[in-house]
Amino acid sequence: MLILECPYCGVMADETDLHGDGEAHLKRFGPGSSDDDFEGYLFMRKNPKGVHFERWRHASGCGKFFHAARNTMTLEVYGTYLAQTLEPPKAIIDAVKAKHPEWEGYK
Amino acid sequence: MKRYSAFAIAREAARYHEGWERAWTSPTPKKKYDVVIVGAGGHGLSTAYYLGKNFGITNVAIIEKGWLGGGNTGRNTTIIRSNYLQDPSAAIYEKARSLYETMSQDLNYNVMFSPRGVMMLAQTQAEIRGYERTAHANALQGVKTEFISPAKVKELVPIINLDGPRYPVLGALWQERAGTARHDAVAWGYARACSAMGMDIIQKCEVTGVRQEGGNVKGVSTTKGEIDCDKMAIVVAGNSGSLAEMGGFRLPMESVALQALVSEPIKPCMDVVVMANTVHGYMSQSDKGEMVIGGGTDGFNNYTQRGSFHHVEETVRALVETFPIVSRLKMLRQWGGIVDVTGDRSPIISKTPLGNTFINAGWGTGGFKSIPGSGWAMAELVAKGEPGPLAAEFGMDRFTEGRFIDESVAAGVAH
Amino acid sequence: MSTRLASGGRLIDRSKVKNFTFNGKKMQGYEGDTLAAALLGTGQTLVGRSFKYHRPRGILASGAEEPNALVNMGTGGRFEPNQRVTTTELFDGLTATSQNHWPSLEFDVGVVNNYVSRFLPAGFYYKTFMFPRAGWKHVFEPIVRQSAGLGQVPTEGDVDRYEHFYHHTDVLIVGGGVAGLAAAMAAGQSGKSVLLMEQTAHWGGRAPVDGGTIDGKNCGTWVDETVAALEAMDNVTLRIRTMGSGVYDHGYALGYERVADHTPGDGRPRHRLWRIRAQQIVTATGAIERTLSFAGNDIPGVMLASAVRDYVVNWGVSVGDRTVVVTNNDDAYRTALALKGAGLDVPVILDARPEATGPLAEAARAAGIRVEAGKAIAKVHGGKKVTGVSICAQVGEGAALEEIKCDAVAMSGGWSPVVHLWSHCGGKLIWDEAHAHFRPDPDRAPTSHDGKGFVITAGAASGAMSLADVLTDGDAAGKSAVTAVGGEASKAVAPKSDAEETQPMAAVWIMPQGAGPKKRMKMWLDFQNDVKVSDVQLAAREGYESVEHTKRYTTLGMATDQGKLSNINGLAVLSDALNQEIPTTGTTTFRPPYTPISLGAIAGEARAEIFQPIRRTPMHEWHEEQGAYMEPVGHWRRPYTYPRKGESHAEAVNREVLNTRERLGLLDASTLGKLIVKGADAGKFLDMMYTNMMSNLAVGKCRYGLMCSENGFLSDDGVVARIDEDTWLCHTTSGGADRIHGHMEEWLQCEWWDWNVYVANVTEQLAQVAVVGPNARKLLEKLGGMDVSKETLPFMQWKDGTLGGFEARVYRISFSGELSYEIAVPASQGRAFWDKLHEAGEEFGAMAYGTEALHIMRAEKGFIMIGDETDGTVIPQDLGLNWAISKKKEDFIGKRAHTRTHMADPERWKLVGLETLDGSVLPDGAYAQGDGENANGQKVVIGRVTSTYYSPTLKKGIAMGLVLHGPDRMGEVISFPTVDGTNTVIKARICDPVFYDKDGEKQNV
Repeated sequence: MLILECPYCGVMADETDLHGDGEAHLKRFGPGSSDDDFEGYLFMRKNPKGVHFERWRHASGCGKFFHAARNTMTLEVYGTYLAQTLEPPKAIIDAVKAKHPEWEGYK
Repeated sequence: MKRYSAFAIAREAARYHEGWERAWTSPTPKKKYDVVIVGAGGHGLSTAYYLGKNFGITNVAIIEKGWLGGGNTGRNTTIIRSNYLQDPSAAIYEKARSLYETMSQDLNYNVMFSPRGVMMLAQTQAEIRGYERTAHANALQGVKTEFISPAKVKELVPIINLDGPRYPVLGALWQERAGTARHDAVAWGYARACSAMGMDIIQKCEVTGVRQEGGNVKGVSTTKGEIDCDKMAIVVAGNSGSLAEMGGFRLPMESVALQALVSEPIKPCMDVVVMANTVHGYMSQSDKGEMVIGGGTDGFNNYTQRGSFHHVEETVRALVETFPIVSRLKMLRQWGGIVDVTGDRSPIISKTPLGNTFINAGWGTGGFKSIPGSGWAMAELVAKGEPGPLAAEFGMDRFTEGRFIDESVAAGVAH
Repeated sequence: MSTRLASGGRLIDRSKVKNFTFNGKKMQGYEGDTLAAALLGTGQTLVGRSFKYHRPRGILASGAEEPNALVNMGTGGRFEPNQRVTTTELFDGLTATSQNHWPSLEFDVGVVNNYVSRFLPAGFYYKTFMFPRAGWKHVFEPIVRQSAGLGQVPTEGDVDRYEHFYHHTDVLIVGGGVAGLAAAMAAGQSGKSVLLMEQTAHWGGRAPVDGGTIDGKNCGTWVDETVAALEAMDNVTLRIRTMGSGVYDHGYALGYERVADHTPGDGRPRHRLWRIRAQQIVTATGAIERTLSFAGNDIPGVMLASAVRDYVVNWGVSVGDRTVVVTNNDDAYRTALALKGAGLDVPVILDARPEATGPLAEAARAAGIRVEAGKAIAKVHGGKKVTGVSICAQVGEGAALEEIKCDAVAMSGGWSPVVHLWSHCGGKLIWDEAHAHFRPDPDRAPTSHDGKGFVITAGAASGAMSLADVLTDGDAAGKSAVTAVGGEASKAVAPKSDAEETQPMAAVWIMPQGAGPKKRMKMWLDFQNDVKVSDVQLAAREGYESVEHTKRYTTLGMATDQGKLSNINGLAVLSDALNQEIPTTGTTTFRPPYTPISLGAIAGEARAEIFQPIRRTPMHEWHEEQGAYMEPVGHWRRPYTYPRKGESHAEAVNREVLNTRERLGLLDASTLGKLIVKGADAGKFLDMMYTNMMSNLAVGKCRYGLMCSENGFLSDDGVVARIDEDTWLCHTTSGGADRIHGHMEEWLQCEWWDWNVYVANVTEQLAQVAVVGPNARKLLEKLGGMDVSKETLPFMQWKDGTLGGFEARVYRISFSGELSYEIAVPASQGRAFWDKLHEAGEEFGAMAYGTEALHIMRAEKGFIMIGDETDGTVIPQDLGLNWAISKKKEDFIGKRAHTRTHMADPERWKLVGLETLDGSVLPDGAYAQGDGENANGQKVVIGRVTSTYYSPTLKKGIAMGLVLHGPDRMGEVISFPTVDGTNTVIKARICDPVFYDKDGEKQNV
């Protein structure tokens, strides 16, 4: 029963108010892209054991999509941030690194 | 291997059961095997069994991080059915179902396959049409199913409430020879048979790396040392991504929790398996008398083998509504497993970018029922290096081609 | 024999007699009794039968750990199986019956299993029952099922109600014993919000039974005063009869409040499920005494020593006149002393430790009790009740030294902390050699969203084994919790108790140590499931070495008590068999709930009509008043048809179709999704959302549009209207609005966040009516207010205006092929407008029609329906909708996907019409069979029916379907095998999917 802080409205939202939407920061490949790129975009997933960047929607709240950095083994949440970014912000990366110095990084 | 029988039990009883031999051995790994199978769950063990039985390949090691059968094989709701819509699914699940029919005799281990019948309730007009479609498809696939009336539903399941004010039961898709089996026994039976063929089941041995040479697999590094192999089969639901990473490739897959629960045991009251997809719940009664209950998957990537309670609430709500008498039963235990879900929610039985390396994964919520069919198809792929007809459509290349096997057409929750 | 003592019993009120029945026999107890106390008080020691061997079973414990004493309780809509008598409060009129026997508790045929138990060791069923093959289903399984199971099956629905309750708190404390109370005091004084829950009806836990003083006061007095002090704190909430059932991730916990189990039918909800979100959870859940494994330890009359003491002290019940005490630790001496103090006989204390020294042993001797050190029970005598014990040396093989007559045995194998809640979310355990138990490792607590521990244990649950330690630990836990939630811990000192000197316990796992196989087959570990020491040893011998294998192979700990008594003993025996340390063996996983909770409580209020909310259109009540046959569509109920008296549904549908085609039909189309898309970049955005071009749609015009998923599959369709320069209104399918709204928002928020576009879902704000048929215009003209002529409002255009005084937006669109207007009015006006249309339309033959008529008319016109022609695997190209896919656009959602090899494959099945040769209706979902079989032996299929109806207009069956090379095979006949048992094959000719008014003359008038 996760709780995630919605970075838009500041509410500590219960999982029942949220909708999980899979891996964050997927780069869209459209017409003209290679088969590999397109398949990767649609289907290939990092699915890590550990630090995971993912998209959520505060579905029963403000309706905004946001991103979370969360550990899939411990369910620890390192932070949530706005969806309008191509990569996790530095503050989030730092928060993860502070906890896991051995972490290999977002890429 | 000493055969199991009532006579054997009588014989051993005379000496206080002190004479039973091990069901499977506990060997130290050899330097090299023809085939290393990573994962001693139902799928890995059945792959090994059919490698030996169908192809005579017995120089096989089955490597297991924990204890054999300890993953999803031992934490599912034991339903076996093959009333799938799409041809490739129906073929492999029906193969599995038919192998379950004779598994106890084949393995000389009673897996208690109980073809008690599975019904999937239709509670909307759309569901009626969906199941009528499945019934038509099944008839041509050689899967015996029928669409039955509410009256017949009530006759088979007297405790059902047909006239729930929210979602009345309008009919059901019925597969008479579907049913349940004892999940642990399936793993144990295969393990015993594999061990008897001379295969090595190596438990508490974690694979930490995959060694390759010239684009082919050479061996695995494990917590019990280096093990060489000519071929490798990865059969590790819930850990497929990690093994793929060691092999240097990616998978179109995510891992999520799937939960189940059982009630306290009561005397027999429901002889068949009932699935209600509109309201997201299904239930059967185990031989011990527990009501075995499941629902859909949780909504986020998770490796904890725990789920969120609101999913349990949703499932129980649906079943209390469908079977009012269960309201005063009590939940004895709830648990979760980690299932790998692919982009089209159908499994992968495939060659991989790494030579002589094969993967069997992504069974999602349908793993247990497919165990023998999956092993049968996987063994053929490993032995021949190319998929046979059962596995042909389950290759990883289907995601590039846009050639999906989508069962969600007919089932909201698939078990 | 057990009996009620003349005096004593701190929890009962002897002035209030409660009548109850057990197996039909009338019995009496007192207010404050548990059913267990009342049964023992009347001498009922035999209360049930075990699961496998149907052996006689008596009460073993006094609390939630009881494995044996489960009964069927109540009748009718209040019948409940498997009620644990030790946690059931007695009330007037309680009816209970024992379980798992036939024909009666005393004479159970099933006990035959016991006589042949030697042939039924652990896992025997895996080794037999295999021949003949059909035997399992038809012979063996029915026998197994009938003899297994425990309680009877309820026959009626539940008449009680249940509720859910949400609670947020800084600190949740589970367990109202002295540790929990001390923790609550410490936490409460900080001002932080505290919820304290206790599973029984009484505060104080074991301490008042065990005696001792706290801060110089009698234990009971301290408890009363502390509870009063807590009740006076506004920030503290106290709940008895509320069990902490499970701890879930991120501080979520479940409380299970048994509100009215002891007052059935008083109008209150029976159970209340507390859904708690706590920042810190303190588990003060105590400890459970372990059994000892000696031959015959399952015979009724053999009980836990602590339970024997509880019955005497709490309820004034003696479990026997002569009780032999057998132990490996000091605590059981307290039982002996309590019995002696109550005037009962304790013939001997058998202490397995080599020496029996220390104050408690001395006190026992001083009380005149014979104490035998280094001794064990070789065997318990008796069948349905204990008649005596044989004594032997603990070391050695069990040669009997002496037989002692007794009618009860009180055993203590030491204490195990209740670590369930600690472990539910991954809290780790360490093995405590001194006490031979697993206790929580405070350094490895379960972690929450912030990565910090969120569970703290207190008292015996931490492994504290003396009153003084329990109090100190409880106080510290409360203070730690306060600090962890950012509060300032109180400076008050912890409550104190005098330190007591006790002697170390000795780990004794079987008794005697060298017992042979014959004895080990009579030593019970799991009393309910009949798992014995020999079974665990057998599992180890056969290679079921993992603790999970052993558990599953033997069923150890899988009974309704979930191994509360058996787990540690079982894994000690397993470790011994494997010759390894207990921590190496490890424990099985602790899973919620702590004790079973009712499914009714989990379901809560969601029953019957309110199982799920029903969405209602403004006209919903009208449909119900007309007696419409409703079908679930999304969360709505929509009228399928409006049958009239004597009409079948099919007849009603045909009438509705013909009336609409010939005169005038009215459809409540309010469920249609309506999204307003607005902004400077709205046109560009919709060009991405739809396969066709929307940016170039002229203001005032409408266009049918298709939406695909990024994976290329057709996901929704609908008519889009351009409202003004930067505003579009997009219709979605019924039930599709929320999904499509989310889809649009996701792209806008996460991909094109720099585009200036806003989306609003106005589905609920508008009521929509389709006015359909040749008389449609006449009706609107009669209402008056706006020009709806062909010239002013041509096909595929819209206009705002008033109709009959209603503010309306009128779309000239048609899903039926008839002259048709879809009219949107504010939802608040919907019903009035609908009524007005009926009233004014009467002279034109106006008649409501339902969803089935709607479907038939669209099928007659060859219009596709999302969900019928599509199923998530169909792309627009399959449906001949290439005309709706823009060639000009560089990109839209789904475009790239369509270029993949399989999507561009000419072998994909394509949409065609199908007409049977004999005019009959093709079955829904039928597949067309081709030649031969595929490699898996399946018949080759070449197509399938997607929609099929009887067309009242054409007086024959019509269908659409997807067929291999379909559009190239017009006129060909293909075969559809039926599955109705007749083995017939229906022949159908491939034809154009537009069956009616191909040129659109009827709609474009």
